[in-house]
Amino acid sequence: MRKIGTFVATALLAAGAGAANAQDKELTLCWAAWDPANALVELSKDFTAQTGIKMNFEFVPWTNFADRMLNELNSGGKLCDLMIGDSQWIGGGATYGHYVKLNDFFDAEGISMDDFLPATVYAYSTWPKGTPNYYALPAMGDALGWVYRKDWFERPEIREAFKAEYGRDLEVPTTWVELKEIAEFFQGREIDGETRYGAAIYTERGSEGITMGVTAALYPWGFKYVNTPGEYDMEGAVNSPEAVEALEFYKSLYDCCTPPGHSDAYMVANLDAYKSGQVAMQMNWFAFFPGIAKDEVVGGDVSGFFVNPGQNIEASTLGGQGISVVAYSDKQDEALQYIKWFAQPDVQAKWWELGGYAVHVDVAGAPDFPDSTPFAGEFLKAMDGVQDFWQEPIYAELMLAMQKRIHDYVVAGDGTAKEALDKLIEDWTISFEDDGKL
Amino acid sequence: MSGGAMESVADAAARATPKRVAGRLRGLSDRAIAWLFISPTIVLLLAINIFPLLWTVYLSFTNYRANQPGREVKWIGTRNYERLLGSEDVWGYMQATAHFLVWTMVLQVIIGLGLALLINRGFRTSGFWTTVILIPMMLSPAVVGTFWTYLYQPQTGIFSYIINTFVEVGALNMIGSVSLAPWAIVIVDTWMWTPYIMLLCLAGLRSIPPYLYEAAEIDRANALQKFWYITLPRILPFLMLAVLFRGIENFKMFDMVVELTSGGPGSTTELASINLKREAFEKWRTGYASAFAVILFVTVFGLASIYVKALNRVRS
Amino acid sequence: MSARSTAYSVGESSTWTKWIAAVLVIGYALVAMIPLVWIGMTGFKSPPDSIAYPPKVFFEPTLEGYVNLFTTRSRQTDEYIESLGPPETWYDELVRERNMVITGPSRFADRYKNSIVIGFGSTFLAVFLGTLAAYGFSRFKVPLKDDLLFFILSTRMMPPIAVAIPIFLMYRELGLSDTALGMILLYTAVNLSLAVWLLKGFVDEIPREYEEAAVVDGYTRFQAFYKVVLPQMRSGIAATAIFCLIFAWNEYAFALLLTSGEAQTAPPFIPIIIGEGGLDWPAVAAGTTVFLLPVVIFTVLLRNQLLRGITFGAIRK
Repeated sequence: MRKIGTFVATALLAAGAGAANAQDKELTLCWAAWDPANALVELSKDFTAQTGIKMNFEFVPWTNFADRMLNELNSGGKLCDLMIGDSQWIGGGATYGHYVKLNDFFDAEGISMDDFLPATVYAYSTWPKGTPNYYALPAMGDALGWVYRKDWFERPEIREAFKAEYGRDLEVPTTWVELKEIAEFFQGREIDGETRYGAAIYTERGSEGITMGVTAALYPWGFKYVNTPGEYDMEGAVNSPEAVEALEFYKSLYDCCTPPGHSDAYMVANLDAYKSGQVAMQMNWFAFFPGIAKDEVVGGDVSGFFVNPGQNIEASTLGGQGISVVAYSDKQDEALQYIKWFAQPDVQAKWWELGGYAVHVDVAGAPDFPDSTPFAGEFLKAMDGVQDFWQEPIYAELMLAMQKRIHDYVVAGDGTAKEALDKLIEDWTISFEDDGKL
Repeated sequence: MSGGAMESVADAAARATPKRVAGRLRGLSDRAIAWLFISPTIVLLLAINIFPLLWTVYLSFTNYRANQPGREVKWIGTRNYERLLGSEDVWGYMQATAHFLVWTMVLQVIIGLGLALLINRGFRTSGFWTTVILIPMMLSPAVVGTFWTYLYQPQTGIFSYIINTFVEVGALNMIGSVSLAPWAIVIVDTWMWTPYIMLLCLAGLRSIPPYLYEAAEIDRANALQKFWYITLPRILPFLMLAVLFRGIENFKMFDMVVELTSGGPGSTTELASINLKREAFEKWRTGYASAFAVILFVTVFGLASIYVKALNRVRS
Repeated sequence: MSARSTAYSVGESSTWTKWIAAVLVIGYALVAMIPLVWIGMTGFKSPPDSIAYPPKVFFEPTLEGYVNLFTTRSRQTDEYIESLGPPETWYDELVRERNMVITGPSRFADRYKNSIVIGFGSTFLAVFLGTLAAYGFSRFKVPLKDDLLFFILSTRMMPPIAVAIPIFLMYRELGLSDTALGMILLYTAVNLSLAVWLLKGFVDEIPREYEEAAVVDGYTRFQAFYKVVLPQMRSGIAATAIFCLIFAWNEYAFALLLTSGEAQTAPPFIPIIIGEGGLDWPAVAAGTTVFLLPVVIFTVLLRNQLLRGITFGAIRK
């Protein structure tokens, strides 16, 4: 009992001390609470050792991340000096003045955006898209990929059963149709005395989950947000026959091959389903793959990784973030110092080593990179074909509309795929009209 | 943490008025004291309740967005209201709210009244068990919603497990299924708030003078007649009050349901307040959300006023 | 409570109807307690036990959930953990069994502290202002009294999210966003309406003759208030304070929207306790237990004041 007392007291004291002994120099970095964030805490110890600037961290779980942090930015809060904000926030961050423009700083410090993978610079740093106006340094590359139970895929009796049923070998799927067949095969199958299910896919309603999941199917079918790049002509693009087919496909995958109760699942729920041995495959961000490879149950040779399957084309849903300096911070100089330190090639190399996806060309472009881990090669393949959601300043509004329409159709079974996408165009049209873009 | 701590609040309130101030107050007229006592409350309520309300009404006629400070705020008349009232989705949220409101009230009245009648039989230890029954209503609704997601897990949750030990229905997907989710939130609310209805019914039962029953006894009234002609009319005002307060709260319901289902699956449990939060603090359509807020406020106010009229008729 | 319930029991309940009543009531109470008992138990389970099928009633208790609640951890390789040397404390040892290392305290203790500060701060203010206003309304002729009282009550009909929109804008201008002061003021305002109504009822019950006698004895009106009336109001104030405290302790919507890093209270924090790479149910259950336990104890200890507050408040209105 005394031990417990000491423990609680230590925790309370430590919490109190953090607030009380405010040192002269400290920075707060805000990000989502997930594996890479823990790696960043580890990495940042070097920064503190070199500069004496203490690092504080504010990590929020993904399902609340956008909500909480955008609220923080919109209220002009000074909580965060550095923000590793999601890729879609860049439009709002730049347009509403939440983020500091970094061009002058990059020029002065000799930081070149050519040193980072082009897809990540485009996605995480620039606004308006593709122009050399930088509001972030690419911090963490990420895309949506898949994890599968390699040990099951390799079992002779399972391989035989699969071949008997589908007339081909059980291999990593290269198209969504193959993926669904494999999922169907595992759905309800007894392995080691327990019932297993096909695949854990994203179905979360509240934040961005189901949109991220469904776009992983939409993009390979050839989905586009607009007919003409730069315009907002969505009719015929968003509800194209390919888009309708992809959406129907995602629903059929949800209906046939997910574990029971998988109706509000995002990253954490998929990890849980996978780690507890319920499913043969899960969709998830590459960011989690280092943790899975190290896991005490499903790590090592148990798990394999593959890039998002193609269908009509090869494409993946983009994740990942850039690191920005918050305009409301009183400590912008120290924050810039952190970015400068973070951009160094040796720091980037250690970042990758600790489990963060460094996108510096010296790291990710190195010849031995693809073979450095079981997923590094797949990661590079994914980054070749990444597509992102709207990055418009009003992205949150566009996202929530899509969340509703897709969830209403896929999970609740309301209406048809075409109707869902038609309604989505109506919602988006109103949003763009309100914003003066249409 | 017993009465002592609480009493010190009163002491502290007394102590908070030092002697010197009290001395200066000595000469004050009753009128001055009255205003001195009342005005801080009025000022605070004006600042934090009424001023914001008026501001909301103003915003509801504009296209204001709280996340775009530099944008020109335009007066757009009743467009927000037209959009809201013409939207099928909004009617869907209202229907979800109505389903939740009606069923929670029906179930809670039946169970709460039943419990009150039983407790009123006055068996030994009934006081203790009443206290135990009260516990759920004292808890934080958001935290309650959170842990019920755990209890409702279809495969590993105890809710589905217990139901299945009585009836074999298979894994119950309470939160994920379109047909069950609206009932999942009704069940949790009933679990939490039945004690409140029960408590007010008990207060009503105890206000009935025993001689009424003695008189009925002499007239050889049976138990049902006694309930119908004596008990029910006497407790009805109490019951109706309880329903009024719970009804207002459930019309505004946000915390428990948002943590439990976050409005899903699809939009089956997207109650009005949940959607209001999305519009106001996720989409940042402040003007539109303000109009929604005004509509909700007017609806509660209107319904409550009609109800209070009915209540007064019952009372008299 | 029990004394009163027997005193008012209806008619002559025969022994066997009492028995049936007792069985049904106790049965309901026990069923209603299952969720809470289950959560309490889950706090002492290991993460795998917490998601075992069928649900485990018997298990080997562990403090992992509580350790996870109060710490942040990161997953490390075996080599790294071995390089650290033997664990210094029992909780280090517990965490290392899962290939993790404690990286620091979690925010839970902070959030809990905020809940205490904001809860007690706002309760004190609401009761203090409410007592004054209640006395004013009860004893003096106030113009438009009924309108004012109705206005005070009607402020509770607004959905909290609706109130939060302008408050958010106002606090942003005033710099009150994410501050304990802002939250205390807000909770005070929300609680005041109830406090005034409850307390006015309690003051109305105290005969005016007491004060009049005191004034005859040479007390000023003001002295009469705090030397005669206030002591009589003690139990009423206690009942009101409990209500205000429970509201502030449990409140979620405002805390979610108006606080983030500094002044956030426990309710918005508990739902987002996640473990490394998965939802950590034992830690959530531990947090829930630590948060709910004071309220449960409160309810049992102060049930008489509570009951008085609930029924009295409702009937007055």
